Amino acid sequence: MEFESPQAAADALRSKDYLPDDRIAQVVFLAARLGKPILVEGPAGVGKTELAKALAAATGQPLVRLQCYEGLDEAKALYEWNYKKQLLRIQADADHDWESIEQDIFSEEFLLERPLLHAIRSAEPVVLLIDEVDRVEVETEALLLEILSDFQVSIPELGTIGASSMPTVLLTSNNTRELSEALKRRCLFLHIDYPEPAREKQILEARVPGLSEHLADQISRVARSIRNLDLKKSPSVSETIDWARTLLALSIEDIDEAALGETLHVLLKYQVDIEKAAKEMGT
Amino acid sequence: MIGTLTGFIDELREVGIPVSMVETIDAMQAVETIELGDRTGLKETLRATLIKNLRHERAFDTAFDIYFANVLGPGRDLDVPGDGNHPTGPPGHDDRVDDFDLDALLESLLKAMEDLDSEALRSAARSAVDKLAGMEPGRPVGGTYYLYRTLRRLDLAALEIRLTEALAADRELTDFERRLLREDIAARLDELREEIQEEIRRRLVADRGRDAVARTLRKPMVEDVDLMHATTLELAEMEAAIGPLTRKLAARLARRRKRRTGRLDFRKTVRRSLATGGVPADPQFRHPRPHRPEVWLVCDISGSMATFSRFTLQFTHAMSAQFSRLRSFAFVDTLDEVTDYFGPGVDFGSALQRVTTEAEVVWMDGHSDYGNSFENFLARYGSQITSRTTIIITGDARNNYRPTRDGALGDIAKRARALIWLNPEPGSYWDTGDSTMSQYGRHCDSVHEVRTLAQLEGFVEELSLPGHRAIV
Repeated sequence: MEFESPQAAADALRSKDYLPDDRIAQVVFLAARLGKPILVEGPAGVGKTELAKALAAATGQPLVRLQCYEGLDEAKALYEWNYKKQLLRIQADADHDWESIEQDIFSEEFLLERPLLHAIRSAEPVVLLIDEVDRVEVETEALLLEILSDFQVSIPELGTIGASSMPTVLLTSNNTRELSEALKRRCLFLHIDYPEPAREKQILEARVPGLSEHLADQISRVARSIRNLDLKKSPSVSETIDWARTLLALSIEDIDEAALGETLHVLLKYQVDIEKAAKEMGT
Repeated sequence: MIGTLTGFIDELREVGIPVSMVETIDAMQAVETIELGDRTGLKETLRATLIKNLRHERAFDTAFDIYFANVLGPGRDLDVPGDGNHPTGPPGHDDRVDDFDLDALLESLLKAMEDLDSEALRSAARSAVDKLAGMEPGRPVGGTYYLYRTLRRLDLAALEIRLTEALAADRELTDFERRLLREDIAARLDELREEIQEEIRRRLVADRGRDAVARTLRKPMVEDVDLMHATTLELAEMEAAIGPLTRKLAARLARRRKRRTGRLDFRKTVRRSLATGGVPADPQFRHPRPHRPEVWLVCDISGSMATFSRFTLQFTHAMSAQFSRLRSFAFVDTLDEVTDYFGPGVDFGSALQRVTTEAEVVWMDGHSDYGNSFENFLARYGSQITSRTTIIITGDARNNYRPTRDGALGDIAKRARALIWLNPEPGSYWDTGDSTMSQYGRHCDSVHEVRTLAQLEGFVEELSLPGHRAIV
């Protein structure tokens, strides 16, 4: 994957309804040029995962996704030997000598591909999304390092498997814990924050068909205002989009105190937050 | 270019941002992809390759303004011909016009802010600095003074009012609309302030050279700010960093000896072996029971510890979201439990207020009395300490020359799984004056100097707890 310029990257993403700002476009362009993974960090719901999807769509490459969780291990991320099949193979061939069987059962036929290996061995280039990497333990993080820097996987029985095509790698993190230096060093860092009202307005217009300009403008300004409050969980972009859809469904043309008060629960998910915002906004 | 870049990276390291060799090389390679003159592109490229932590961004921005001010600064590419009413001149060049028209400048500023025209705003900010800052070449200042001077002459308050009038356009606004408008205007004024600051820095650099300006503007990173003397703003920044840290601490405290799986689950293994013709090829294990640590935080919240205790209580607040079995205690000269004030979903401000007003932490005169507090602690809560309780005490161990009565602490230590002391004073001050750190310290499993966020991070990083103790 290669883009002519940051502008070209931005246009490609825009064509898939993802509106990048200068920073996002620049980093995406750079990652493609340098062949480096991007570590995307930011609050929940600002479009980190969406960026990977849009990138896959824009370049026409398939998206391979590895969802991280606590307890993720090699067998689920990289590869696993299909031992049941291996066992059957041994039993079926009991009279053969061991040497040849051994050669046989550690071949690709008995290898179960997991997302990371799949992304590397795929004949056509893919977009590899390693989602919420901050959820795995520090020890498991190390598993990613070989892939991220050299795009290869070492399997003791088979040797090193290199990438047949360069995948574009995106890692996302909600910053619930500090990632290791080793991981960060291998990546380009991209922090995505809540968008400026002007950009959020464009996002709303792109994502919610039929939304009037006036309403989109108001929504983005109210969202900024609510984000300025000290809340447990600020409304994310996906929540403002939901809110826009709600307002549209209720055919509310203009947001006032009453309309905001009635629909605040779409935007905020904690009762304390709703009460606080309602008080602050005078609804 | 390479010279500037290495100077820039040196400056980043000087401020305390860790930039590795690999990242430097990445940055050099990346810079080659940028078209000459693309300043935003350069900035984002360097940011993506060199900065790997959000907390470092502000320092990066400052350093970037300084090191790449002259090369590709706005001064060169923005002097659009035909823009005659904005007097421009090379930095430091004194072409002061005496009959300078402040009103015209304000007018153009207003118009730029009204139309959200950043280019026009930038050039207006340039002429504002040119005319109003009164910059004197050679003075070794950081620019805050010039910023203040420019802003005072511009009179932002009046500007805000005029802008409000212009944008409201004679309509009657509801409270709600007024609030939105106010925030709109605040954002635009912030932009103006940024532009002016950037322009001042650009001129300072032209006048005194990059390195000199960089030195004056160097500020400690958030993680290196002394917790005893942090400003409110710095505390707020730290708050954002505390979340990930407490989660890490939670994981450390919950960790047991290395054992990835639990005991063998015999029934399950046999059942699974049916699929492989009775050969138990796939042994099944029980899930290990997660360790549920009990953490008790004991904080000195006396006057001398005011800033630090605000921080520790913030830490407590963040911790309470991680541990279901966290109990917190506060003391000055006597001790009280404050766990309930930090219940789930309680916001920090109101919790803090309740701790300072409702908790019974003062008994005599409101000066720290560790001995009495610990005896109190032992008498009231001692029986509830178990071999799974980890106790973390935060305080400077300054006992106001009162008897230490450290036997109580010894008893507490014997009952608990671990006793850890975090002291916000530099190690060299311990045991000077009324500090009794070593007397208390000998009962603790470990004593750590935690003066900065970085040290707290280090403490969490290295934390390892002793195994279970025999209950005495």
